Amino acid sequence: MPHRLDVLVCSGAACVSNHTADVRDALQSAIEAHGLSTEVRLVETGCMGPCELGPILLVYPEGALYIRVTPDDANEIVEEHFLKGRPVQRLLWEDPAARRIAEEKKQVAFFERQEKVVLSNCGTIDPEDLQEYIATGGYEALGLALTERQPEELIQIVLDSKLRGRGGAGFPTGLKWQLAARAEGDEKYIVCNGDEGDPGAFMDRALLEGDPHAVIEGMTIAAYAIGAAKGFIYVRAEYPLAIRRLEIAIDQARASGLLGEDILETGFAFDVEIRIGAGAFVCGEETALIASIEGQRGMPRTRPPYPSDRGVFGQPTLINNVETWGNIRHIVLRGADWFRSIGTESSPGTKVFALSGKITNTGIVEVPMGTTLRELIDEIGGGIPDGKALKAVQTGGPSGGCIPAQHIDTPIDYESLKELGAFMGSGGVIVLDEDDCMVGIAKYFLEFSCDESCGKCVPCRVGTRTMLSILERITDGRGTLGDLEQLQMLADTIRSTSLCGLGQAAPSPVLSTMKHFREEYEEHVQTATCSAKRCKALIRYEIDRAACKACDLCRKACPVEAIEGTPGEPPYTIHESVCIQCGRCFDVCPFDAVRIESGKKKQNEVEG
Amino acid sequence: MVDEKLNRLNRILKDYSDAPGPLVQVLHRAQEVYGYLPADVQLRIADRLEIPRSTVHGVVSFYSFFRTEPRGEHMISICTGTACHVKGAERIVDMIQEALGILPGETSEDGRFTLQDVRCIGACGLAPVMMIDEDVYGKLDRKKVEATLDLYRNA
Repeated sequence: MPHRLDVLVCSGAACVSNHTADVRDALQSAIEAHGLSTEVRLVETGCMGPCELGPILLVYPEGALYIRVTPDDANEIVEEHFLKGRPVQRLLWEDPAARRIAEEKKQVAFFERQEKVVLSNCGTIDPEDLQEYIATGGYEALGLALTERQPEELIQIVLDSKLRGRGGAGFPTGLKWQLAARAEGDEKYIVCNGDEGDPGAFMDRALLEGDPHAVIEGMTIAAYAIGAAKGFIYVRAEYPLAIRRLEIAIDQARASGLLGEDILETGFAFDVEIRIGAGAFVCGEETALIASIEGQRGMPRTRPPYPSDRGVFGQPTLINNVETWGNIRHIVLRGADWFRSIGTESSPGTKVFALSGKITNTGIVEVPMGTTLRELIDEIGGGIPDGKALKAVQTGGPSGGCIPAQHIDTPIDYESLKELGAFMGSGGVIVLDEDDCMVGIAKYFLEFSCDESCGKCVPCRVGTRTMLSILERITDGRGTLGDLEQLQMLADTIRSTSLCGLGQAAPSPVLSTMKHFREEYEEHVQTATCSAKRCKALIRYEIDRAACKACDLCRKACPVEAIEGTPGEPPYTIHESVCIQCGRCFDVCPFDAVRIESGKKKQNEVEG
Repeated sequence: MVDEKLNRLNRILKDYSDAPGPLVQVLHRAQEVYGYLPADVQLRIADRLEIPRSTVHGVVSFYSFFRTEPRGEHMISICTGTACHVKGAERIVDMIQEALGILPGETSEDGRFTLQDVRCIGACGLAPVMMIDEDVYGKLDRKKVEATLDLYRNA
């Protein structure tokens, strides 16, 4: 008998971190206590998207969306909503744009403006249940491919769809397939690149955790198209939940004849194995990833030969990113024309983005290519919190760049972003507001690239280190204008002479911020100030004489006895030459009397 | 007890004896058994897989996930991903360093805590975030950091 209510409990990584399991258990007991076990079904799903608001519940058939649910709310939800049919208003998502409480998921701009293709199952089915995947049309594309399509036809469909690699560079996927199909080898391999290493990117994680069968189905279709019998899914060790759900999915697919010796009784054989990464960003680069699959140090090598000729164990290998694989079944089933009708001429389809940073609705979203940054940030993302102004949008992680606020109407596609000195990347979108220092952001990414450089080639190993030391000098207020020229020169050299994509793209965050925010670099260099008040060496802490109530909290909190004053006798003062800018006084002051000012602190104040 | 671990390691090595390119996966499993990868474990793996010892050590030292030192009772991982960075992760690192007197990569003298900074753990909505063992603590500020550390200190 079908259930009267389906309660979807988001079990994406962020909601799991927010103790969604406790909410689920509390709901389960409340449902049992009210004798509703046969009427209400709890389903744990993948990520629904608005991670900031977790734990999230979605109740069907009405589509009521509950946010920030705690175990204490369980009884009320069951009694009021499940028994009496009255959704608990105080827990529904109040959409600030609509100024109303959304009783239906569809009414929320966050969902309304999205177009979910790749993520269509994420947050709506139980990723650990193969039957649910099949019920939504899962493995239909594989069936069609194996029984009614020739391998060449499948390659042609992918070519015609103009799908481009979602890992970042945007290489035509169909072309990759064609090259791998034509290459000669004893054995061919299919690889799923799930080494999502960009800080601020968690799209692949959402798909692997929320709909693992979609990735397996895409890989199996490709295996048939190019004639491969074996596949590897390479996943970061940092994603244990994704690994577990993939393991379950692979076992289920094998047990149901969807992987293994005789798939769907067609005689076609293909199987996949999970390979777990071990914490090296460079392994996202395809030749490094291949080395890592082979059990070696994950160091890139020169191309050609490309993996399509010589990849895993020296054999022709087809590598696509997680999201790319997630697109395949839809293209096979609905056709290339349908796919091209979404998005833009040169970048068809949708793209999944991970929104984070200074944005109201952090989380995972999917929109057609060509959507503008403004729509993404203001309409879906709910804008910048605390009334702050948007300063820039960072895309593409350490290989990408910063797009300044004045270009917010840029449509998102591979070419437009590149023109601005940014990069599509895998889909991490980090929103920066007026309080962020662009020099500091560039330094942050360069620290990352420098740390993750594998050390094989000199431009990357030595060059990024040299660039970083210049940036450190600048953020310390010891830079010169000559340093800016030096940075530019080093960046150009590293870009043109590094061996792999990591090195070639490592200077991008510096180049794009120097291009769009040169005045901030000049400010740091010429006046030794940081107007965003972020660079530690370029700020001072001061006590506002009028606001200070002499409560003594700051003096007690100061670890270096830099603060002087007598309780009850305001104002207190900070001795700048002693202060180490740790910010403790700022944190503890209940009257906001401690202020951060721009400019280097005075030296020798005590001695003088 | 040591022998029990050795038995488990031998079983792992047997499981992977025919697998192509097994080293990284074997090291993962071995680290699960021992908590880290001491030299004698690396040597045994090298000998059994017939891979040069230098190669094994090269792989261990290449990947940040593999440890060659034992870890403390609790692992504190501070996320330094971009979202956490723009929301002040650097200061969280400072606070914890100061509270425990150890730098990232170090273990406190009493063996209670190991501190590490990690790349994005994908909980960007809760930034700034840290993980203690498997539990995530988000939206950190000084108060929350101190309260959380106390939970583990007094446990």
